[in-house]
Amino acid sequence: MIEIEKLQKRFGRLEVLKSLDLSIPRGGIHAVLGPNGSGKTTLIKSILGMVVPDAGSIRIAGEPVVGEWKYRDNISYLPQIAHFPANLTVRELIRMIRDLRARPARDEALIRHFRIEPFLDKRLGHLSGGTRQKVNLVLAFMFEADLVLLDEPTSGLDPVSIVRLRELLAREREAGRTIIVTTHIMSLAEEIADEVIFVLEGRIHFQGTLTEIRNRTGQATLETAIAAILSEHQPSA
Amino acid sequence: MILKVLKYSFHDLNRSRWSAVYLLFYLALGSGLLFLNNDLSRAVVTLLNVVIVLTPLIGTVLGITWFNNASEFTELLLAQPIRRTTIILGQYLGLSLALSFSLVVGLGLPFLAYGLIRSTAIFEFLLLLGVGVLLSFIFVGLAFAIALTHENRVKGFGYAILAWLFFAVLYDGLFLIALVSFSEYPLERFALIATFGNPIDLSRILILLKLDISALMGYTGAVFARFFGTPLGMTLSLTALLAWCALPLLHITWKLRRKDF
Repeated sequence: MIEIEKLQKRFGRLEVLKSLDLSIPRGGIHAVLGPNGSGKTTLIKSILGMVVPDAGSIRIAGEPVVGEWKYRDNISYLPQIAHFPANLTVRELIRMIRDLRARPARDEALIRHFRIEPFLDKRLGHLSGGTRQKVNLVLAFMFEADLVLLDEPTSGLDPVSIVRLRELLAREREAGRTIIVTTHIMSLAEEIADEVIFVLEGRIHFQGTLTEIRNRTGQATLETAIAAILSEHQPSA
Repeated sequence: MILKVLKYSFHDLNRSRWSAVYLLFYLALGSGLLFLNNDLSRAVVTLLNVVIVLTPLIGTVLGITWFNNASEFTELLLAQPIRRTTIILGQYLGLSLALSFSLVVGLGLPFLAYGLIRSTAIFEFLLLLGVGVLLSFIFVGLAFAIALTHENRVKGFGYAILAWLFFAVLYDGLFLIALVSFSEYPLERFALIATFGNPIDLSRILILLKLDISALMGYTGAVFARFFGTPLGMTLSLTALLAWCALPLLHITWKLRRKDF
């Protein structure tokens, strides 16, 4: 599905991606893990074309995508921090995005799933962080795109909504979609991920199943396994 | 697709009430000037000085603040299958058209009511509106270009205001100093070319000469009148104004190729 070769990006003096290579097969949930500032968001934004890489190539379904835009028709994206035009109501926002993408959408089912009917006529600027994140999720899932990029989907969500999100992710996986999700919550990754991708200092340090990462580090949980990899690479930390 | 982006940008602007305030201001200004001057062509002359300084200022200030305020909208659009240049140019057109609409309607209504159609100043008035529209496009473009170049919003705002100040005030000062210090040399050609370097000056002269008060400008004025009065001069200066519209857009498309959001 996604082939990334020698991807490089620096912001000023800060080298965020250092010749990163990554290959993600079609289908399944791929959890991208890593400490703050390791390059997770930059990686996602590069795939999406919001960040322009300095060097390297990204291919989606065999096609090079750097500098292109049409391929985004088959991608859904959930940004880490939901920024919405504050003046619009939830309903107007959904209608606008539907109009812009001109693709069949299943927004109503998702609105019910995340219980946001009472907020449909409220302005986005007046919503709480959690509700805004639910709107964000509706937008990310309503188009049934083949590739779904989720940047910290759980941030701000209450436990009930996290459960609903988990149900939704399981269903999407069944539908054969490729889902890439960055998260800080190890338990979520442990529960839903088919594959774990561990990013550290702009490189991929581990890619494999949950069993593989536990076996390699000899740890019982993902959390301790990640901690073990981290201390391998940063002995002073 | 660009029309859709334009539509939503326009919609957002109308909702923020800015364009309504701007429209009301022009309505009041137009009616006030007509009431005070009691004469259409004289009102056009007074209006000239206001329009030529104010449309660039409003274009600059709204351009930069709105670009920054729309960053959420921009981010949302960037994740959709839309070309980057389409997004930014759609927003640019949305804002420029909204400002132009306020200008044309705000000034047009009172002048129409006063009997513009039957007056002799109709051509000058239309020229004034046209120039005001072009200046709105030019300075919104400049503001967008500056906003794209400077990540720091406060700095961006500062530079945009400086750009306006430069064209509206400083340029004339430098121009004057140059004319005075080199007054022993023939300067007509230099003055003519230097005028093209500033869209505000270009607009002012274009209208002043049409108003037939160029005699006030002395010898250089005569040279100018000879040049700008001709169809060739008119065409050249309008082309120059259009080029001034295109310049920031070229910078914007070039910047967008490497810009990270």
